[in-house]
Amino acid sequence: MKMRTWMAGLAVAALTAGVAFGSAQAADTVKIGMVTTLSTGAGYLGQDVRDGFMLAVTEEGGKLGGIPVEVLVEDDGRKPGTGKQITERFLKRDKVEIVTGVIFSNISPVVAPLTLKAGAFYISPNSGPSNFAGKQCDKNYFAVAWQNDTLHEAAGQNAKNLGYTEAFILAPNYQAGKDALTGFKRYFKGKIVGEVYTKLGQTDYAAEIAKIRDANPQMVFHFLPGGMGINFLKQYVQAGLKDKIPLVLAAPSMDYKIMNAVGDMALGIHNSSHWNHDLDNPANKAFLAGFEKAYGRVPTVYASQGYDTAKLIASALAATGGKVMADPDAFRAALEKADFASVRGPFKFGANHHPIHRWYSRVVEKGADGKLVNKTTGVIMEDHQDAYVGECKM
Amino acid sequence: MLLFLEQLLNGLQLGVFLFLVAAGLTLIFGIMGLINLAHGSLYMIGAFAAATVTNWTGSFLVGLLAALPITAAVGMAIEFVVMRRLYDRDHLDQVLATFGLILFFNELIAMIWGRPPLFMTVPDILNGTVEIIPGIPYPIYRVVIIGVGVLVALVLYGVIARTRVGMLIRAGSTHREMVGALGVNIRVLYTLLFGFGAIFAGLAGAMAGPLMSVQVGMGEGILILAFVVIVIGGIGSVRGALVGALLVGVVDTMGRAFLPTLLKTMLPPAEADGIGAGLSSMAIYLLMAVVLVWKPRGLFPAHG
Amino acid sequence: MADHSHRMGAITRKTAVLAFGFVLLAALPGIAHLMDEPFLVSTFSRVLIYAMAAVSLDLILGYGGMVSFGHAAFFGVGAYVVGILAHHAAEGTTVLGLAGTNLAVVSWAAAVLVSAGVAAVIGALSLRTDGVHFIMITLAFAQMLFFLFVSLEPYGGDDGLMMMGRNDLFGIDLSDDMTFYYLCFIALMAFLLLTRRLVDSRFGMVIRGCKQNERRMRALGFPVYRYKLTAFVIAGAGAGLAGALSANHTEFVSPDFLHWTMSGDIMIIVILGGIGTLYGPVVGAVVFLMLEEFLPLAFDSVGLEGLKEHWRFLFGPILILVVLFARRGLFGLLAGREARDG
Repeated sequence: MKMRTWMAGLAVAALTAGVAFGSAQAADTVKIGMVTTLSTGAGYLGQDVRDGFMLAVTEEGGKLGGIPVEVLVEDDGRKPGTGKQITERFLKRDKVEIVTGVIFSNISPVVAPLTLKAGAFYISPNSGPSNFAGKQCDKNYFAVAWQNDTLHEAAGQNAKNLGYTEAFILAPNYQAGKDALTGFKRYFKGKIVGEVYTKLGQTDYAAEIAKIRDANPQMVFHFLPGGMGINFLKQYVQAGLKDKIPLVLAAPSMDYKIMNAVGDMALGIHNSSHWNHDLDNPANKAFLAGFEKAYGRVPTVYASQGYDTAKLIASALAATGGKVMADPDAFRAALEKADFASVRGPFKFGANHHPIHRWYSRVVEKGADGKLVNKTTGVIMEDHQDAYVGECKM
Repeated sequence: MLLFLEQLLNGLQLGVFLFLVAAGLTLIFGIMGLINLAHGSLYMIGAFAAATVTNWTGSFLVGLLAALPITAAVGMAIEFVVMRRLYDRDHLDQVLATFGLILFFNELIAMIWGRPPLFMTVPDILNGTVEIIPGIPYPIYRVVIIGVGVLVALVLYGVIARTRVGMLIRAGSTHREMVGALGVNIRVLYTLLFGFGAIFAGLAGAMAGPLMSVQVGMGEGILILAFVVIVIGGIGSVRGALVGALLVGVVDTMGRAFLPTLLKTMLPPAEADGIGAGLSSMAIYLLMAVVLVWKPRGLFPAHG
Repeated sequence: MADHSHRMGAITRKTAVLAFGFVLLAALPGIAHLMDEPFLVSTFSRVLIYAMAAVSLDLILGYGGMVSFGHAAFFGVGAYVVGILAHHAAEGTTVLGLAGTNLAVVSWAAAVLVSAGVAAVIGALSLRTDGVHFIMITLAFAQMLFFLFVSLEPYGGDDGLMMMGRNDLFGIDLSDDMTFYYLCFIALMAFLLLTRRLVDSRFGMVIRGCKQNERRMRALGFPVYRYKLTAFVIAGAGAGLAGALSANHTEFVSPDFLHWTMSGDIMIIVILGGIGTLYGPVVGAVVFLMLEEFLPLAFDSVGLEGLKEHWRFLFGPILILVVLFARRGLFGLLAGREARDG
């Protein structure tokens, strides 16, 4: 019997605590719900999106675009079911008007429809699956980072620009992996001498590396996100292949945390990104200085995306005077204008609310202080837009 | 043909590595009847300890040697606090309690080291390749792993079959009370044994560091593979673990290496790639199912 | 062994707890609205669905001693059947020569049948062994299915498959959270009733006998293997129905439904609530999912936001403590000695 009282007590305590936490704000505060991945091995992606976003909020002293905001952050644990619970709580209890933060493409198909159905705005700081860019595009859905395929299209174009005419490509045997290879091929246009699909979460790549040695291509492109890419690179270098058959990669495979984990093994790797530390624009300089001061570390590309997301929201809030769901047409029109200074340089939205922006080529080098840096070497594509915009009828 | 030989070698090497991970697991089950999901956590702790100490001292050897007592200590602490209450329980309780340990250790590591992967690389002397098979440069570090695996197999065989401790171990696994009656403190013996088993997990984790990403949750995928290995081999049998590991290593590698190509002779290339990859990721589980249907207690059923 | 308390009509502690639980769950949507927390209705729909999956596991785990570490496979298969049929209905295409459908009656029945069929195959092979080997072979089969769905490109692979709304049940609007909650409630109650009758029947006696002493049951002439397999299939079908409801709840299916940690979660719910009690898993599901939902928030409210994403740091030890010291589970603590009959 005691147990029951205890349980009820726990539930009530947790609820009231949550309510108190949620309602201690002024009435005209705009609430933003962040459903992101903070735990699991991939948790640093969500942490950086959150920290980049919060940097913009702190810079304005708790406001975005002059409007007081309250940001609720929850961890989805990379589980769709958990993402759903959090989103429902955000929408129904906390009455958030903007949902953001989703990192992975297996979370967005749950979070985005719920948000859109409630009439709220969904602004993605990272994942951009093809269905939401094409057939299932929605007037209240915006992707700030990229459409997934474009990461790899840029890599394909980069490989082509570097003069390669044949490539060996590999990715995990799942949807994002297949999309990545399709995206790469769409712009590479050279000969594909080998196309290999690996196991999700694979740790040993000896068999694939032997195949690569046997095929002896001019270059290798892979999309093995997170730990898988690190496993591959370590083993590829040990097999003595990196200097013989160079790697050309996309941004997620060469972020600053991954470079830290592999050290000098990353030297000389060509990769492509829509943002870099050394981009010479005032917004980027302010962001870098602010981030390092606030958190004492170098931001990753994910942090830059979180920051851009907040700045975009700020521009729209300023334009509508803080009206979001009260005047959705105005807020949407303001978002569509993308009237903010992106840390990545020129930025605008296409008709499907996905970015049209510039892709940069980079190479990993040793900086003056002996630390590894990604150095921007040029522009791969200007005003690049995804391939799905034509399917979007809005 | 050369490629086939190379892939076979890759498979055997993966097998030896899996044996390293599975050895401690099967040892602890064989002697104590304990099913320990936290073995993957010990593996992760070994890797984190090795990476950290290596980065401090600049010496992989020091890092490796430091990882062993650290995992042993953590292992003994686990035994003292949790495991010893589980010896008389059924396997279900053991699975769940050690599942709880996984959750605990994943967060503990994330709180101490953060979630981004740690830096760890092969020491310079072990960097580079040798030609074991003429014409095929093979990473020296992988050769070293094979060497360490063989060494561990020999040590285990020696300890269990030839020493007084081994005798006590073998006796203890069947007649726990009897050994206790002989004046041996069975509680202390078990704590030490668990630490001994943990050392193997730590060794495997430390050896994996230069080859794989050192990050939170790295032990879980490997743990499942290790279980597949010992179930195929017969839980509790060290010999079974060795055979099972080699089988799993070879089947997994060969599947990844040749299944898609093989399927391409029958199917359109695009489908063959996908199905081939799908089948090869299921291959080891298929192998396990087949072995268990044929021999429900594994290839080398341990006594009892 | 049977539930004498019901038969004699005496109001025991257990009956009181059960009645209280029943009323609480039946009135939950009302309570949620009184508390002005309507989102709890959807949260508790998920609780009921998980409870159903856990009850089905308890049937074989608690009563039959079959420690299946791959129960998420049946849950996931059930969910995928619903998702795939809805996908084909939306696209106007066919699967294996059959048209897709959004009709709940058809697609849920299909979900139950297919997961029962998968359970029959997995069970027939797995039940040849026992003990740790059984735990691991069920895990292996679940992993196989997990990788199968990850690589099923037409159905979204790892990214999963979205549904355009919930199924159509005789024209009832399931998109209404309250309606959907009561649907889950009725389904769970019906399944509890079925399993209750089952474990009290002759069939249930044999299953329980096998857990105590399988050799003896065999000596008594019972076809033990067939009995156990039947129980396994029923459990698989129950988990399949739970999966079908879950697909409707999230309007989305993905391989995460079959991940081995999902099997672990279902198992934890059973143990937490009380193994071999049938009702315990319902309590377990409430507590487990509420902890998952509110433990992170609790950190927030006491000013430990930094620890929020590390809530499993506390959850792990809680689980260990329950396993070590609360062997009858929460239901045992609530209902006392008579809680367990498995």
